[in-house]
Amino acid sequence: MIRLEKRPQPSRTFAYLTPLLAVLATFFFGGLLFAALGKDPVASILTIFWEPLFGEFSFYYRPQLLIKGAPLVLIAIGLSLGFKAGIWNIGAEGQYIMGALFGAGVGLAFYPAESFLIFPLMVLAGGFGGWLWAMIPAVLKVKFGTNEILVSLMLVYVAEQFLASMSLGLLKNPEGFGFPGSRNLQQYDSAHNAEIIVGSGMHWGVVAALIAVIFAYVLLARHRLGFAVRVTGEAPRAARFAGVNPSRLILFCLGTSGLLAGLAGLFEVSGPAGQISIDFNVGYGFTAIIVAFLGRLHPIGIVLAGLLMALTYIGGDIAQSQLGLPAAAIQVFQGMLLFFLLALDMFTNYRLHFGRTEAA
Amino acid sequence: MDLSVINPILLFAALMSAATPILFAATGELIVERAGVLNLGVEGMMIVGAICGFAIAVETGSPIVGFLAAAAGGALLSLLFAFLTQITLANQVASGLALTLFGLGLSALLGQGYVGIKPPRLPDVNFGFLADIPLIGPIVFSHDPILYVGLILVAAVWATLKFTRAGLILRAVGENHDAAHALGYKVVRIRTLAIMFGGACAGMGGAYISLIRVPQWTEGMTAGVGWIALALVVFASWKPWRVLLGAYLFGGITQLQLNLQGAGVAIPVEYLAMSPYLITIVVLVILSADKSAAPGSLGRTFHASS
Repeated sequence: MIRLEKRPQPSRTFAYLTPLLAVLATFFFGGLLFAALGKDPVASILTIFWEPLFGEFSFYYRPQLLIKGAPLVLIAIGLSLGFKAGIWNIGAEGQYIMGALFGAGVGLAFYPAESFLIFPLMVLAGGFGGWLWAMIPAVLKVKFGTNEILVSLMLVYVAEQFLASMSLGLLKNPEGFGFPGSRNLQQYDSAHNAEIIVGSGMHWGVVAALIAVIFAYVLLARHRLGFAVRVTGEAPRAARFAGVNPSRLILFCLGTSGLLAGLAGLFEVSGPAGQISIDFNVGYGFTAIIVAFLGRLHPIGIVLAGLLMALTYIGGDIAQSQLGLPAAAIQVFQGMLLFFLLALDMFTNYRLHFGRTEAA
Repeated sequence: MDLSVINPILLFAALMSAATPILFAATGELIVERAGVLNLGVEGMMIVGAICGFAIAVETGSPIVGFLAAAAGGALLSLLFAFLTQITLANQVASGLALTLFGLGLSALLGQGYVGIKPPRLPDVNFGFLADIPLIGPIVFSHDPILYVGLILVAAVWATLKFTRAGLILRAVGENHDAAHALGYKVVRIRTLAIMFGGACAGMGGAYISLIRVPQWTEGMTAGVGWIALALVVFASWKPWRVLLGAYLFGGITQLQLNLQGAGVAIPVEYLAMSPYLITIVVLVILSADKSAAPGSLGRTFHASS
């Protein structure tokens, strides 16, 4: 008879160990999945995780790691604050879209004027757009007690429709021969989020992500607000005695995550993506949820998890073109990772007890 | 713009069909939540049900077998959630999200070979002369059998919760799992069964979209219906008949907005397509003031030692 026994203190060893174990378990079961799809499991795993880093064309793929990782880390940092406090913003995808729309909108409004002020203005607008979109569930939760999970998620679908409407209407490229989608911001110098060092993948979004990581780290470790976030999640009653104002915390957590998701959208649309189009969003807002959990809701962990997830995207693309591995297989792979993480997390809070159950 | 092209009789008939996927998913989730478990994976179980049902219906040529497969697929996927939340005691919100993310990927993977195929059609139930009654006939008696199964399901769930011992035990587990455990009920087992029931219902709802509503397979075709179903359970204050009412309300809005798109109203298509989601938010706001009806142990992890 195997029984679960609650640990008096969560195990620190397992808190660090479970993400690694989860990754290993995902390698194993992901390999089985690839084998079931008729692909060589070892070759598939190597293509996804080795090729982009150390393969023949790694000089091309390594910068991609920063490009794909930055939005994931930026969004996940914001989400982790809320998740820590038990405030569930799962609509980051929508906030990401709105950030891109607001930011690109401001940039395109100035077209074809050139000024060094345009890009900073776009950054502000992008952050504002995401913040605004997250404020809807935040205010509704504070004022009416509405469930923020459902509202933030519903707003993803609204934002997607809004994106379609904008790329077919207001923001459509007047010189685009009737094709949907905006002007390409990469060809508009003042609005282009260009690489800071050419060929490194290092654009302003990466800088923003690093700043966000440092801020989040300091906030959680040293600041009173970070303490409020932690204590609310771990002991809500104690938080009230400690004088934490739950409404302000909700506004702060949702607002920050919206802001960061909006920034991620802006940096993406003005840089790697280049334009507003119907299928501009590719699910970073949802993958960031996995990143946040895999990183243990800790800023440093999120950086590592973000890079790993970016790797699955890049490696997934390579595996798709070289081995014909379907894109959906990578999505399943990412989902699996979250499953194993959640399941193995049991060992952090409980330990297995072997032996007979004594009568309680 | 020509609103006269919208035939009210056809609108009402289509409304019942539009409401059915939400109805299935929400009724299943109602049972899950009455057992004290919050499963946010409805969307994932629906989409997996949609592809399981579609694939099996195409392979066997029988839509009914397809629906059974959809229920089995949804229930099987929900077992993953049950394992995470009941055995390894993981956070229910996170596990539900994981289920949805995983389900969306899995369905896309399973559905690769099925894009652009027409599924076998499920004939409507023949009610004989009843279908000829003016007004009521075309609205009520001109549908496929699964739609009626949905209605029977709501009635059965209502009766089970209200009149049977099983329903009472389920509610006890949901209201206070420690008390139920002290009385000797197997909390984990009961909850696992409830989760599986919810998965089967969500799967059926998903298959209704891919086999009857659309009928076709496209990636991500449930488009948030699972989340609307979750909102609907709150809207319904965890009462079966109000789930029915709410599902018809949302079905009506969905159908009306589709008809308005067809009628060429001056509002752009995208804004009409937003409306079901916006209305869900509005309804949630109006009803969120009253949380007294929520099961007492909803979303809390149960461990026999605590």
